[in-house]
Amino acid sequence: MSDGILPAEAESADALLLASDVTMRFGGVTAVSRLNLTLSKGSIAGIIGPNGAGKTTAFNVLSGFYTPQEGSVVFDGVNIRGKSPADICRLGMARTFQNIRLSGQMTVLENIMVGCHVRRRCPWWMAPLGFPAFYREEEEIRTKGQRLAERVHLAENLDDQAGSLPYGAQRRLEIARALATEPKLLLLDEPAAGMNPQESLELMHFIGHIRDEFDLTILLIEHDMKVVMGVCQYIWVMEYGALIAQGEPDDIRRNPDVIRAYLGEEASPGSVL
Amino acid sequence: MRLDRNTFLSIAVMALFGLMLVQAETFLGDYQIYIVKLIFINAILALSLNLIYGFTGMFSLGHAGFIAIGAYVSALCILSPEQKEMMWILEPIIWPFSTLFTPFWVSVLAGGAVAALCALVIALPVLRLGDDYLGIATLGFAEIIRVVIVNATPVTNGSLGIKGIPGHATLLSCYGWTLFTLIVLARLVFSNFGNVLRCIRDNEIAARVMGINVFCYKVLSFCLGAFFAGIGGALLGTHLSTIDPKMFNFLLTFNVLMFVVAGGLGSLTGSLLGAAIITVLLEWLRAIEEPMNLGFVELPGIPGMRMVVFSLVLLGIILYRREGIMGTRELTWKSLGTLFGRGKQ
Amino acid sequence: MSLDIFLQHFFNALTLGSLYALIAIGYTMVYGILRLINFAHGDILMVGAYFVFFGTFAFGWPWGVSALLAVAGASVLGIVVEKAAYRPLRDAPRISALISAIAVSFFIESLAVVVFTGQPRPVLQPEWLVSEWQLGGVRILPLTAFVPAMTMALVVILLYIVYHTKPGLAMRAISKDIETTRLLGVKVDNIIALTFGIGSALAAASGIMWALRYPQVHPYMGIMPGLKAFIAAVFGGIGSIQGAVIGGVTLGFVEIMTVAFMPDLSGYRDAFAFVLLVLVLLFKPTGLLGESMEEKI
Repeated sequence: MSDGILPAEAESADALLLASDVTMRFGGVTAVSRLNLTLSKGSIAGIIGPNGAGKTTAFNVLSGFYTPQEGSVVFDGVNIRGKSPADICRLGMARTFQNIRLSGQMTVLENIMVGCHVRRRCPWWMAPLGFPAFYREEEEIRTKGQRLAERVHLAENLDDQAGSLPYGAQRRLEIARALATEPKLLLLDEPAAGMNPQESLELMHFIGHIRDEFDLTILLIEHDMKVVMGVCQYIWVMEYGALIAQGEPDDIRRNPDVIRAYLGEEASPGSVL
Repeated sequence: MRLDRNTFLSIAVMALFGLMLVQAETFLGDYQIYIVKLIFINAILALSLNLIYGFTGMFSLGHAGFIAIGAYVSALCILSPEQKEMMWILEPIIWPFSTLFTPFWVSVLAGGAVAALCALVIALPVLRLGDDYLGIATLGFAEIIRVVIVNATPVTNGSLGIKGIPGHATLLSCYGWTLFTLIVLARLVFSNFGNVLRCIRDNEIAARVMGINVFCYKVLSFCLGAFFAGIGGALLGTHLSTIDPKMFNFLLTFNVLMFVVAGGLGSLTGSLLGAAIITVLLEWLRAIEEPMNLGFVELPGIPGMRMVVFSLVLLGIILYRREGIMGTRELTWKSLGTLFGRGKQ
Repeated sequence: MSLDIFLQHFFNALTLGSLYALIAIGYTMVYGILRLINFAHGDILMVGAYFVFFGTFAFGWPWGVSALLAVAGASVLGIVVEKAAYRPLRDAPRISALISAIAVSFFIESLAVVVFTGQPRPVLQPEWLVSEWQLGGVRILPLTAFVPAMTMALVVILLYIVYHTKPGLAMRAISKDIETTRLLGVKVDNIIALTFGIGSALAAASGIMWALRYPQVHPYMGIMPGLKAFIAAVFGGIGSIQGAVIGGVTLGFVEIMTVAFMPDLSGYRDAFAFVLLVLVLLFKPTGLLGESMEEKI
């Protein structure tokens, strides 16, 4: 927080996510320290930083797995500090995981259908009683799942076991499942991890497309600088749990603190980023 | 529900099987009928545990407790007040149980409902636990239920148990209750709710982030499983006509677990197959406990040998074929080599 | 309640608690290393008791010799069980190993029924353990002092092994991180076998003293003590030997003293442990001395 420029402070009225002074400690370790994020509607932003900088912890705080000791998180006008991940999802935030979390034994379609569940209207007891409305909704969910599978190029694999898919396809499936919850904000935890350059490039385009198509705001954690610089409009840089820089990709590329954090003191500016 | 070819075929087969059972007494002996009824009841028990463990992934070892509740509640409901007055010799039976007298089907549903209610009470503290802790805690609850049954003499007749329960559980009614269980569970687990339960089983964290109230669904699945376990218990009581607390020990849970594991965790048809095969196997194994006459030499029976073989079978399954007969697959018209789609959807 | 009676209850509780503690140690050691509830543990206790029964009663060996042989036999059995039923499932889902453990438990019990018959058999108690001492008007059964003393000695030896020897160091290392320990060149399988051996030996020691205290043996004698001892281990904090001892003794006192002060509840005695378990898991799931194990997201 050295430079003091709060991004989009003027537009904080249309901010979808507003985290202020979020601090998360585990025992004696401060994993996230006084984190401030303002994410405006419709934007694509990224959090970068070296391993162990607290990026995933920040995601876990935002999505409700951890309750921060200090600070507040306001999502779409609602204070979500202390709310459960399920409630936060219902409010319209979805996420993916760094280590993909799919039900490996279930099929692609079934995995996506699980994502549709949060928006369903018919309660469970309608199923055994055989209400027509229930079966109509089942059909809707199935169609929606198929459509999303097509959207992430998995239409051919609807009945394949999720665990048998190649890595990149599993990542896309996880995104499709997240989209099935009809989110306003999508958190992507290292979406390009384990992808080859070609796949990463496709992913960049894909992220841009789904933002437009589903009217999303996207926040992502990424190590692949090409992806981050290529797709994000705004970037926060974390190190040791704290923000050390923020700004548009071009500023970040030239920021000496960022270069030091990534490459060590002696590195020359601009060599890699 | 759409009546497609599949469903139609399933209904036809079920009806045909029912018709066959109506005529069963003409070609089956008493002992065979006894076994077939036991298979139906065991199938209900297996299906109910499969919902809890196979589909939702909650390792519950408390099934015997729910079965006991179902059996006792239904026995109290269908015994006539006079019978109860005569049987409770240690301490007289207390009101309202002394005057309770209901038709058979009400008693079975009551058994299931009370079991589900108890499950709800148990679920609130223990379902927050994971895997093996949950196993021990539920085992503990089953044990507590048994201890309470032994001690609550004015209601349960204590360690004497209840005798002479009218044998309302005919072949056809056992079949009917099995179908009821199967259809309710199939409609549930083949809908998107089934996907939700399986997601909770495979990856609870993912389920939470998908907006699923995991605890709520665990409680639901647990109570529903307990409900059908109670129904199974109620039928078991009238089938055997005698119940006592010793029957509902851990061995009973173990048997049900065996059906489920042998049939395949997360497969309804697997549970049916598992229950049928293991029940027949268990009966068949009685032979080795009885003296055997091979014509030239008389082999003495070995008491207890049945359980030795039985536990070795389970050990063999878990070591060499962990997924059981069906794995998580279902026996469908399609997999039977015909043109029909997936199961009874 | 007179002092006399109270002291008798006190020593009874201490005896029962010591027996639970010895069994609980085996559970806690195995769980600490493999995250497995060794369901067969209680049955190993039973086998140990039967060995002594046959040593003294059928073969007429002296008590000490039979006890030593029984402990040795039981630890061999424990190692065999681990090798046959748990090792092949080490990479399988945890519940598979647990089902395997349940199957082994039933196998040992039913085999015992076949071999020893289901009839309970009386155990001969040595005269010197059951002739009452008079200490200033207070009568004490020597047995109720012998069992806690013996337990104390065994626990001291065990703590020495775990904290001051190389295999003990390896055990503690495995319980932290089995893969890293393997990479460091420790023969993990041998250390796990050793853990099962030690745990089973302690269970057998407990079984022998159990048979002395409640002088009979039968094939199902290990089930309840086994379950309750596991609960004691959870109460003390699973993975901690000291915790297992504290948990075992606490459970012994809860059972004996509740019944002593509220005789009406004696019928519910077997339920106390499970109520205790639920309370512990609700309020402090890691037990008194346990370390927390949270899933990483």
